[in-house]
Amino acid sequence: MTNKNTPDDKNKRDFLQVSTYALGAVGAASFVWPLINQMNPAADTLALASTEVDLEQLEEGQAITVTWRGKPVFIRHRTKEEIASAKDQLLDGLRDPQTDDERVQNEKYIVLVGVCTHLGCVPLGQKSGDIKGEYGGWFCPCHGSHYDHSGRIRKGPAPTNLEIPQYSFLSDTLIKIG
Amino acid sequence: MSKPKFKNPVVNWIDYRLPIFTFMNHELNEYPTPKNLNYFWNFGSLAGITLVIMIVTGIVLSMNYTAHIDYAFDSVERIMRDVNHGWLLRYIHMNGASFFFIVVYIHIFRGLYYGSYKAPREILWILGVLILLLMMATAFMGYVLPWGQMSFWGATVITNLFSAIPLVGESIVTWLWGGFSVDNPTLNRFFSLHFVLPFVIVGVVILHLVALHRFGSNNPIGIDVQGKQDTIPFHPYYTIKDLFGLSVFATIFAAAVFFFPNFMGHPDNYIPANPMVTPAHIVPEWYFLPFYAILRAIPDKLGGVLFMFGAIMVLFVLPWLDKSSVRSSQFRPLYKLFFWFLVIDCIALGYLGAMPAEGIYVVLSRLATAYYFFHFLIILPLLPKIESTRPLPVSISTPIITASSNASTVMAMREKK
Repeated sequence: MTNKNTPDDKNKRDFLQVSTYALGAVGAASFVWPLINQMNPAADTLALASTEVDLEQLEEGQAITVTWRGKPVFIRHRTKEEIASAKDQLLDGLRDPQTDDERVQNEKYIVLVGVCTHLGCVPLGQKSGDIKGEYGGWFCPCHGSHYDHSGRIRKGPAPTNLEIPQYSFLSDTLIKIG
Repeated sequence: MSKPKFKNPVVNWIDYRLPIFTFMNHELNEYPTPKNLNYFWNFGSLAGITLVIMIVTGIVLSMNYTAHIDYAFDSVERIMRDVNHGWLLRYIHMNGASFFFIVVYIHIFRGLYYGSYKAPREILWILGVLILLLMMATAFMGYVLPWGQMSFWGATVITNLFSAIPLVGESIVTWLWGGFSVDNPTLNRFFSLHFVLPFVIVGVVILHLVALHRFGSNNPIGIDVQGKQDTIPFHPYYTIKDLFGLSVFATIFAAAVFFFPNFMGHPDNYIPANPMVTPAHIVPEWYFLPFYAILRAIPDKLGGVLFMFGAIMVLFVLPWLDKSSVRSSQFRPLYKLFFWFLVIDCIALGYLGAMPAEGIYVVLSRLATAYYFFHFLIILPLLPKIESTRPLPVSISTPIITASSNASTVMAMREKK
C-alpha cells in the first residue's frame, strides 16, 4: 500500500472493473432474454394438432381449403391438363425454380399453404368463380402475384413459391397435414 | 431567499422548495417568442392537445374493451351500442387518430417550408421524426384492436413486412405473432403496446419541448431573434392565438365526430376478422397511404420494405442533406418551387396508395416514389450550389417597420394628391 499507482495495482483495478462490467452485462442479458422469448409461440401454440383430410369426395378440378395452424391450406385435385402444364414448364423462366415433381407426393393432388409469400394474403383461385391469374393457378389480389398450377410464383412481387406444408398420405385418399 | 416572485405566499413557499412555478412562468408565460409567427405555428400545440385527447379517451375505452379474438369485435360493438357515451368516446378516439396525423403532417410540412430543421434545431427535428414513427406504430396497433377484416389483414400484411429481412425474417415474424399466424397472442401484445406507447410518445414530446425551448421557435422569415425587440411573451399573445386555433380545430373535429364519423374509416372493418378470406382491396388507413404506395411501387419484396422505411429514414438526415444556410422558403425561390412539387408528390403517392396495384397506377407510383427520393437525395444537396437566395432582412423587426413606413409613405403621397 506504499504506492497506489504502481503498474500492478492499475492492472488489477482494470481487471476488476472490466470483469464487473462484463458480469453485469451477462446478468442483464440473461434477464432480458426471458422478456424477449416470452413473445415466441407458447407450448400450447406449438402443440397445435395436425389436420386429417379425406379426399374421397374431391372430384377432379375441385379444390378445398382446410385450416392448419390458423392458416388456410389449399388442396386441389388437378385435371390432366393442369398436371401436364405444371410438368411441362421449363425451369429457366422461374423465379424460384422447382419442378412439379419436387412439389407433389401424388401428382393428382397439390397441397399448399394458402398464404401468399409476399405479405401473407390468401390468394384467390379455390372457388370456381375466382380469378385464377394469368397462369391458371392462384392469384393474390392484394399486390398482384400470379401462381401456376404447381403453386409456383410466375409474376408479381412474391419472392418464392407457395409453401408446401409437411403432410403424408395415410391411404390413397386420406392425408394428414402437420 | 431572494425577493418573492409570486404574490401568493403559498405559491412562494412551494416554489422555494420545488421551483415548478418558476419553471412554468419561464416556459409558458414570459417565454420570449418571435413576434412574427403565423398560424402554421399553431399545429405544435394542437398536436400536443390531440395527444392528450387520445390518451384520455383511450384509457376510458380500455375499461370497456376485451383483448381476445372471440370477444374483441363484440366488445367494440358493445361500446358503440350499450356503454354510456361509448359511441362518443370511440368516435373521438377513432377520428382523433386521423386528426392527429392531419395536424402532425401540417406541422412537418411547416418545418420543411420554413427550414425549421436547420442548425441549431437538428435534434428538435430528429425527435419529431421519432415521434412520427412512434405514432405510426401506435396507430397501426390500435387499428388492429377492433378485430375487423381490415384489422386482421392490415396486421398480417404489415407484420409480414419483416419477413423480407434475409435469414432471420421468418423467425422475427413468428416472434411478433407469438404463433404461426396473426392470432390471439398477437392481439394481446398489440393491446399492451398500444396502451404503453402513447406514454413513450409523451416522454419524447417532453424532450422535443426541451430542445425547442433551448433556442425558441423558428419563424416565417427564418432568421435568428436578435433581442427583445424581436420577441413577445408567450402569454398572453400566443396562448390566445393557440386557443383561437384550437377552437377552429375543435369545431372541425366535432363536425367529423358527429356528422361524418366513418368518413376516414373503411367499411370492411365492420366485418369480423376472418383468417380464411382476404378482402378484395386491402388498404391501410389514409395516413399510411403514401408509404404503402412506395412499398408497392418496388417490384421486389425486400426492396419495397427498404424503400418504405427509407422514406422516413431520409427525414432523420434531412438537416445534413439541405446545406443551404437560409432557412425560410421566402428567400429561396427554387427551394420554394421544389417544396410545392414535394407536397404534390406526397398527395399523389397518397392517392396512388389507395388505388389497385395494376396498370397505369403502378407506373405512376414508381415515378412518384422516384421523385420523393430524388427530392431529398439529389435536389436538396445540389440546390445551394445553383440557387441565388434573396437578401435576408436585417432583423425580424426590420421588414415590419419598413413595411409600415412604406405604407405610411404611400398614404402621405396619396394625401398630397
